Amino acid sequence: MKRFKAFVKKEFLHIFRDSRTMLILVAMPMVQILIFGFVISSEIKNASIAILDKSKDELTQEATQKLLSSGYFRLDKYLKSEQELETAFKRDRVKMTIVFEPGFAKHFYSDKTANVQLITDASDANTARILSNYASMILRDFQQSHNATIPNGNSLINTEVRMFYNENLDGVYMSVPGIMAMILMLVSAMMTSISITKEKEFGSMEVLLISPLKPFQIIIGKVTPYIFMALINTLSILAMGYWVFHVPIKGSLFLLLFEATLFTILALSLGIFISTVAKNQMVAMFMSMFALMLPTILLSGFIFPIENMPFPLRMISNIIPPRWFIIVVKKIMLKGAGIAYVWKETLILMGFIVLFVGLSIKKFKVRVE
Amino acid sequence: MISIKNISKSFEDIQAVKDVSIQIEEGELFGLLGPDGAGKSTLLRMVNSLMIPDEGTIRLWDLDPVKDYKKVRYIIGYMPGKFSLYTDLTIEENLEFFATVFGTTVEENYYLIKDIYQQIEPFKNRRAGKLSGGMKQKLALSCALIHKPKLLVLDEPTTGVDAVSRAEFWEMLQSLKEKGITIIVSTPYMDEAQLCDRVALMQGGEIHACDKPAHIVQQFQYPIRGVKTSNIYKALLDLRTYKSTHNVYPFGEFLHWVSKEQLFNDEEVIIFLKDRGHLNVQVRDIDPDIEDCFIELTQFNEKINA
Repeated sequence: MKRFKAFVKKEFLHIFRDSRTMLILVAMPMVQILIFGFVISSEIKNASIAILDKSKDELTQEATQKLLSSGYFRLDKYLKSEQELETAFKRDRVKMTIVFEPGFAKHFYSDKTANVQLITDASDANTARILSNYASMILRDFQQSHNATIPNGNSLINTEVRMFYNENLDGVYMSVPGIMAMILMLVSAMMTSISITKEKEFGSMEVLLISPLKPFQIIIGKVTPYIFMALINTLSILAMGYWVFHVPIKGSLFLLLFEATLFTILALSLGIFISTVAKNQMVAMFMSMFALMLPTILLSGFIFPIENMPFPLRMISNIIPPRWFIIVVKKIMLKGAGIAYVWKETLILMGFIVLFVGLSIKKFKVRVE
Repeated sequence: MISIKNISKSFEDIQAVKDVSIQIEEGELFGLLGPDGAGKSTLLRMVNSLMIPDEGTIRLWDLDPVKDYKKVRYIIGYMPGKFSLYTDLTIEENLEFFATVFGTTVEENYYLIKDIYQQIEPFKNRRAGKLSGGMKQKLALSCALIHKPKLLVLDEPTTGVDAVSRAEFWEMLQSLKEKGITIIVSTPYMDEAQLCDRVALMQGGEIHACDKPAHIVQQFQYPIRGVKTSNIYKALLDLRTYKSTHNVYPFGEFLHWVSKEQLFNDEEVIIFLKDRGHLNVQVRDIDPDIEDCFIELTQFNEKINA
């Protein structure tokens, strides 16, 4: 135990004394979540929209003027019928189409309720949400100012928001779980694989091997500091997500941290596995980048929705561990799910751990080659 | 006692160690001499359990480094060829780390490293990466010794170290030997042979001689002369064509000329060289040293193998 403690202390010293490692461990998670967060939820100006006015009365024209003068929207074109919706989104790349129902003014004044539909392109879910919120707000404003001009004005403009391409608006808060997966992967897998191969490269592995330290002590000792660092990172990402970007944590924080720790261990076992295969730091770094980071970013559903992938890639995404972690985090954070809803994914994560730990133990050598 | 019997080890396309057998006595300071690529490091790594031989057996007292590697690792102190301590830890932290890892404390075996460690102790808070070559080597030796090993395996400890530090280092080894530690040390420097109790001359994965340095030198059976002229390179080429030449090779500012014939006259050599236009011809008696023996043994063997 004393041996193990000495080893862990040494690992912490390595981390604290290398400013680059510290930078990656502490500053990068912050910077990344800020960049991703702000890039995705940045203020929107002059978003191109289309208008399908089936009523063409004074009121709809006034409403259109109001919307366009807000500065948020720029009119791309007037549509003539619903058939043009598809092409407007696909070819003209409008972000939103506003549909006024036939007889809008009549409904407003006599039936007290007029309907307007806001159809957004939700493949960019964040923009879609922001645009529809802006439009709804402007229309509510418009409704109030009109009610003030008529006696006993209590008419309603009913806005119905519809999402095209992504009806459940998956991905609004997608960036936080994704960033969490990415950073835990980076901190845990890449940093451990580099730190283990560093010992190989500098020859100190020979001295460690020749010592009475057991292989599992060397490995657990290497890994322990990174579990701490990863936990701190998880907390800081959650805190920033919660306070800066108002991402809710509906489920149990404890369960969330448990799953994050599980994923950290999985990433660490991947890092160990890489280090048993890689000969030096360079190779370890490239293997982590290409075998771990790229799939985490591209195939886990972090940036590109898995449903939209071609079949072979969808299959591959099944063996990308972060994919399952992202599902778990989404369920817990956004839907408030308990363990009963995430046990399947949890088991898959555990299965990956067993697999990679087993492979690493098999591959770890008590001798040099 | 360490016995190495018929050890062979091959890597993909190269046989690094060929059928090596050596006996090393308890308390001996044993030198493994040979140029780079002779197979020294591979042999040492098989002794210290880091590599498994393809053939043959090794016994460290009653332990087999292949089967009992866990026990072997308690009794061995190993200093790899490359400086392999943690450059981002201080002298003190390195030493304490290795002491704890080997289940001991710095205080417990301080007497063993005192002479060595005292020289670097004033800098104990300096990071190991910022030390000079000589200091690094003292620290590495201290770390290898801190658990009071029965056997110390040093792989080229003096390579890349200045002459003064090298001399100091060998003094330290002598004093460790007096404390009863068996030491195996490899080196490419032939002049370090005389500092060992016994040496093995290694080249091309084979041991060409294994004896006390003085005995090895005594076995050199040819007359040898130091030769110098104003054109040393031409003299080398000319002497190669001389009838009684057994071998001739540059050695410092002289050529070492080895005669095939036991009886010959230095004058004949001088005349031979002067006839070929050499000026300032000097021929003087010299004693063969271990390097002459090494050249003789390895070149002779190469001829047989060829």
